[in-house]
Amino acid sequence: MLIRRRTFLQMGGLATSSFLIPQFLKAFEGPGKTPAGNKVLVILQLSGGNDGLNTVIPVRNDIYYRERPVLGIQREKAIQLTEEAGLHPELTSFKALYDEGNLAILNNVGYPNPDRSHFRSMDIWQSASASSEFKNTGWLGRWLDEQCQHCDKPTQALEMDDTLSLALSGDRMKGIALQDPARLYDSCQDPFFRQVLQSANVHPTDDSGSYLYQVLAETMSGADYIFEQSKLHAGNAVYPDSGIGKNLKTIASLICSDINTRVYYLSLGSFDTHVNQGERQRKLFSEMNEAVQSFVSDLKSNHRFDQVLLMTFSEFGRRVSQNASGGTDHGTANNMFLISGGLKKAGLLNDMPDLASLSEGDLRWLLDFKSVYATVLKKWLGADDGKILGGSFEHLDFI
Amino acid sequence: MLQAAQKDPVPFDVADPSLKAMIMGNAADPLSMRRNLSAEEKKNFRKQSVLDIRKLNIRWLQEMTETDAQLREKMSLFWHGHFATKTVNIIYDQQLLQIIRQHALGNFRDLLFSVSKSASMIRFLNNEQNRKDHPNENFARELMELFTMGRGNYSEQDVKESARAFTGWGTTLQGDFVIRNRQHDGGLKTFLGKTGNLSGDDILDILLNKKQTAVFISRKIYRFFVNDTVDEKRVQALAEEFFRSGYDIRKLLTRIFTSDWFYEEKNMAAHIKSPVEWIVGIRRQLPQEIEHPEAQVLIQRLLGQVLFNPPNVAGWPGGKHWIDSSSLMLRLQIPRILYTSDAINMNPKEDDDLMMGMKEQGTRLQSGRSGERQTLRNGENERRRQFIRTKINWEKFHENFEDEAAEDLFSAVRQVLLQTETPIPDAVLKKYLDETNHNSLLQSAAIRYMGTPEYQLC
Repeated sequence: MLIRRRTFLQMGGLATSSFLIPQFLKAFEGPGKTPAGNKVLVILQLSGGNDGLNTVIPVRNDIYYRERPVLGIQREKAIQLTEEAGLHPELTSFKALYDEGNLAILNNVGYPNPDRSHFRSMDIWQSASASSEFKNTGWLGRWLDEQCQHCDKPTQALEMDDTLSLALSGDRMKGIALQDPARLYDSCQDPFFRQVLQSANVHPTDDSGSYLYQVLAETMSGADYIFEQSKLHAGNAVYPDSGIGKNLKTIASLICSDINTRVYYLSLGSFDTHVNQGERQRKLFSEMNEAVQSFVSDLKSNHRFDQVLLMTFSEFGRRVSQNASGGTDHGTANNMFLISGGLKKAGLLNDMPDLASLSEGDLRWLLDFKSVYATVLKKWLGADDGKILGGSFEHLDFI
Repeated sequence: MLQAAQKDPVPFDVADPSLKAMIMGNAADPLSMRRNLSAEEKKNFRKQSVLDIRKLNIRWLQEMTETDAQLREKMSLFWHGHFATKTVNIIYDQQLLQIIRQHALGNFRDLLFSVSKSASMIRFLNNEQNRKDHPNENFARELMELFTMGRGNYSEQDVKESARAFTGWGTTLQGDFVIRNRQHDGGLKTFLGKTGNLSGDDILDILLNKKQTAVFISRKIYRFFVNDTVDEKRVQALAEEFFRSGYDIRKLLTRIFTSDWFYEEKNMAAHIKSPVEWIVGIRRQLPQEIEHPEAQVLIQRLLGQVLFNPPNVAGWPGGKHWIDSSSLMLRLQIPRILYTSDAINMNPKEDDDLMMGMKEQGTRLQSGRSGERQTLRNGENERRRQFIRTKINWEKFHENFEDEAAEDLFSAVRQVLLQTETPIPDAVLKKYLDETNHNSLLQSAAIRYMGTPEYQLC
């Protein structure tokens, strides 16, 4: 026999007369457009720990070639940026962006007491916490919390995936994860859930039950809204037939619609190249290169490139020395790419890593990633970065 | 429920014999017991451990589903999140789980001492590197912040001093606790106002003598069993008794379950089930055979709680953090997916810590209904629709309702499955029922109720 604990008590509390759901849905009928010129942030997460030293290559550094006799990318093969720095040979469109002044590179980005576990280090990057603290919310989730005090549009941050990352999870607000607007829409067409939302009397409170109905309502109305918007500007730009190509195409079509989304999140991986790094990284970079090229040209032809900032990061870089399996192991500091038609400063924004001054074989971090977040929050999204990050970090001047 | 848990739990042992041989060495040859694993052995060990830990996961779920000692397993799940470790070592994971299951309803002092001396904890929080003159504060810090008193009740100096007391605490390759005297700092230490040549045991006892530890633990248990929103007055009263009882966990739980307020309206269905509680609940209520038991690990990944793989040492944050648009929709849809053996059109994020640069294997569920299979191209990754095939033992479910009159069936199913009334009108639910016969009515009602927001609560 199943236990019927607590079953005979009647619940009077839920039987109130406020209709959360119809109220909620109504908000979507209004104009709700993003004013033209509003800035959009796209974050590309390179999962697995991308090898920064073979991404932006110190082509004049003997230590680099000494420590990587096989994996090191020869100067003549790299795409020359400056006397000292070259790009991975696959990143041709990044070179074009560099030449146009639409690409900025930050070197030596990291955080104190780096952690070498993928999950933990990703946790630190996504929650923007110190390595000794544990936050249950992501930095963009907290931005949603701040931004959306009484927000009735749950679509301000979208992730192109089946499940939601910590980065987009706030205390009260959460982003929506989707692979494809049409598929999300389909999965929300169940007439039962539609009727539940139309008919259930739910009193909007802080309790768990009410929260579930709130998320359900947001998901279903969000799915409708996103699908509608995605059809507005389907776009005929050609993208490569890859996961990242498809995701950037969806993002571009939404950016060019009237949707209120300010932040898009997607990831590419896995860059965990302990073994045979050369081929794996080359393949992933080839996908990234083609997709970013299509994305930028799509945005340019729609006159949106000035208002879109694409930022890449990875949970850590890799060790300076190659290992015995043609790969590299988990390291620390890394570089980030910033791509936009609206950069105030472009090119290499700081020095290449100093390979003569390592910390137990690893690069030293010189720039806290939270400084980059603070800059983007403050100058791009117009948000209170100190509150969201729980401390003040230096603002940079690339935007 | 409390009585069934009196016997000691039978340990799980799913570790591959080759791993045990590698770790346990040759007992007749003391040197083999003290050796370290080579790099190659370590790699193979990790690979096999990943597979074995998945087995342990499935084994524990089965135990939670089938055991008579339901409360012990549920409380073990609580402690598993409280003492959250991740070592990718099946031997140590099994050892720690056994410690937890053994003391889950016993005494918190015994539990704390045993966990602190387990290989899983010592290695996860780097106490092997905690040596005289080179202290590693990781364990000492988390001990206070997460395991006993909580933040704000100690100083940085207390962390430093107690880390010195734990210098030399380590374990053998086999996971047995040892104190390495030469690495132990035997000097004077001052911890929370007490000065002396304090040992690690002394530190644990000083922490247990602080009432704040009882408060911290009681509050967390309150959130787990009663309400995600805490009633501080009740917590203080519970903590008072817990402290006076010398940390008797069984007494604390009895006190909670026999209180009137436990059954108060505001404490009904006020806790969002964790993915594991939710999976086990479905399996207990709808007895079923799952063709690929790994499907349960896939669901854990999609919903955000994989046993033996907590996000960090702070465990799973729980409550509203379980729920976002994707996890909620999946929870609402899975009962029907189980019913019809339909596909889950979702893929979890990759876990690079477990994959170690290899291609993911073994979590894909390949066979579908009548061999149906669909692949979607996504770059180099093949994305498959993933099927869950189960055989639900409906006869067993029907037994619960043998005595019910036909007109009461619908509400009887609700009373069994939901801990609270649902705001969804009967008229709406009834539209989706199959009233062909008694059994079809029961089954369709069960599946619908399991797909409501209220089913997420307990």
